Amino acid sequence: MRFFNTVFSRLDKRILAVVLVAALFVCLWIANVILSKYIIFIISLIGVYIVASESLNLTNGYTGLFSLGHAGFMAVGAYTSALLTFPVKSRDIFVIARLPAILGGPEAQWPFFPALIMGGIFAAVLAAVVGLPVLRLKGHYLAVASLGLMVLVTALAMNLRDLTRGSIGINSIPTYTNIWWAYIAVLITVYVVWRVVHSSIGRAMKAIREDEVAAKVQGINPLKYKLLSFTIGAFFAGIAGGLYAHLSGAIRPYAFSFNLTFQIVIMVVLGGQGTIAGPVAGAIIITVLRYVLKPLEEALQIYGLVELVYASLLIATMLRKPEGIMGARRVVRKMETSIPTEK
Amino acid sequence: MLTPEYLTQQIFNGIVFGAMYALLALGMTVIYGILRLIHFAHGALITVGAFCFYLFFMVFGLPFPAAIALIIAVGALMGVVLDVVAYKKAVGGPEVSMLITSLGFYIFIENLMKLIVTPQPYAFHTPEYLDKIYSMPMLTFRTIDIFIIVISVAIMVFFQLFVKKTRMGTAMRATSESGEAARMLGININRIISISFILASAIAAITGFMLGAKYGQIAYNMGFMAGVKAFVAIVIGGVGSIPGAMLGGFILGILEMFSVAFLPPGYAAYRDGIVFFILIIILIVKPSGIFGQREVES
Repeated sequence: MRFFNTVFSRLDKRILAVVLVAALFVCLWIANVILSKYIIFIISLIGVYIVASESLNLTNGYTGLFSLGHAGFMAVGAYTSALLTFPVKSRDIFVIARLPAILGGPEAQWPFFPALIMGGIFAAVLAAVVGLPVLRLKGHYLAVASLGLMVLVTALAMNLRDLTRGSIGINSIPTYTNIWWAYIAVLITVYVVWRVVHSSIGRAMKAIREDEVAAKVQGINPLKYKLLSFTIGAFFAGIAGGLYAHLSGAIRPYAFSFNLTFQIVIMVVLGGQGTIAGPVAGAIIITVLRYVLKPLEEALQIYGLVELVYASLLIATMLRKPEGIMGARRVVRKMETSIPTEK
Repeated sequence: MLTPEYLTQQIFNGIVFGAMYALLALGMTVIYGILRLIHFAHGALITVGAFCFYLFFMVFGLPFPAAIALIIAVGALMGVVLDVVAYKKAVGGPEVSMLITSLGFYIFIENLMKLIVTPQPYAFHTPEYLDKIYSMPMLTFRTIDIFIIVISVAIMVFFQLFVKKTRMGTAMRATSESGEAARMLGININRIISISFILASAIAAITGFMLGAKYGQIAYNMGFMAGVKAFVAIVIGGVGSIPGAMLGGFILGILEMFSVAFLPPGYAAYRDGIVFFILIIILIVKPSGIFGQREVES
């Protein structure tokens, strides 16, 4: 009987999930028909940010690390995908090098999907190379090292002019990303994160987040799971970057600066670190806020307003409700090294 | 290209920048030692210090020593504000949440500055007697360079004496060794934290003036890279060690200058990238830095 109960409840959940997904896509279809192109662009952009923030959540939320390099991985994905798919005919006009033989030769132009995946793979490889030494160290080293990685990636994008056209950036990228690509990517990302989090891997990650020593005693190899979460996070960040490149049609090194990282961090923190729904909510709120406040900022000529609001939201969240909008209050055991403030 | 004059000139430049990084690293490492916090907002105080000097000296026309005294006061005040508003609540929680809060405050201050002063860079002037150029056979320098080196070294020496010789300094070292044990010995931890913030922030503000004077211009985002480089300096010297942080600052300054001076011209734009490349190399080869203890966990 119990067996049937579990099967039934599982089935129930699956049906619910399928119905929800179907409802989402019907909504998107209706939106796609009736709303203006500009609104559709923003909705697709929200999808891209959900992919980015959900993947950062795997590293920052579930494993308790603090990566600030997400914009760097997005840049890797964006440039890879843009360069692979750039039409052969216009390469000479836009002074973009043709592909080397190993990637298909000078006449090759990759289709969108494999290029996107390739961008994700490059980002993941980069994450593994940097993560392997840095993740052995205490958590805050990753914050600075990943920030450094982001600066390094931006510096390369600025200066490898033959490949990236420097600060001019690449424009006229074929705009393949539409609302469907964006939300199918969202679906896959959420599904993968959900599966990872509810598997033994996810439990190991959460154990490391709660207490690394205790996790080690249980036979968990922290480095392995930290690296795994960092790499998977980077892979999806690369995908998000690729989607972004083909959504906006133009990428510049400055687009992937610290502000982007910060924006994604806020999405995760505001929504709720270590929850599936949190980054989704965060991405929606922050993106909508941006497009509401940006015209105001430009009309009043007070530049910095949007970031100021973001920063205030972040600080308020951290001081008032550190678990975020979607998070349940977790009892956090105070760390040994921390200093109690109450006298 | 590689004449002895050029070499000494670059080493000298490196020392000037290194002195500033060392001052920043000093403040950050004290805060890191006590709170285990990478104090991102430290960088914002550099900007605040530089712009306050601009306001007092160039707009209000106050005499130079008064302007310097005022920016030190403003820096100390910012330290109190940060301590009370930002960290009193976050201290004791998970380390990551302090880091996020600190990041939030950095962005908050930076964009508040951007709102007030607009994104344009400002030309930064010092009194004329600090701007004189001296040419020697091996070296050309301005008075401000000497000012930076002398003041930095003086601050470092005083700080070291303070930490080693006074009761407060001893309490500070005890707290950074183990907060729990220090509290049991009757040390008022909150006071130690406040004092650290005040000292570090005042030093950051005066470093802001130095950076502005050295570059000749200031902008709302000047503090970011300087702040993060200060942390790289800490890692080079060994996390948790005050002499290490200072040495790390000088090493970083000289390495950075050399990377600009001796790499082929096209690579000068990689300046910031090279700093982080050094960081990643150090984290791979010797994560404990020059003076630090091992912090490897797995």
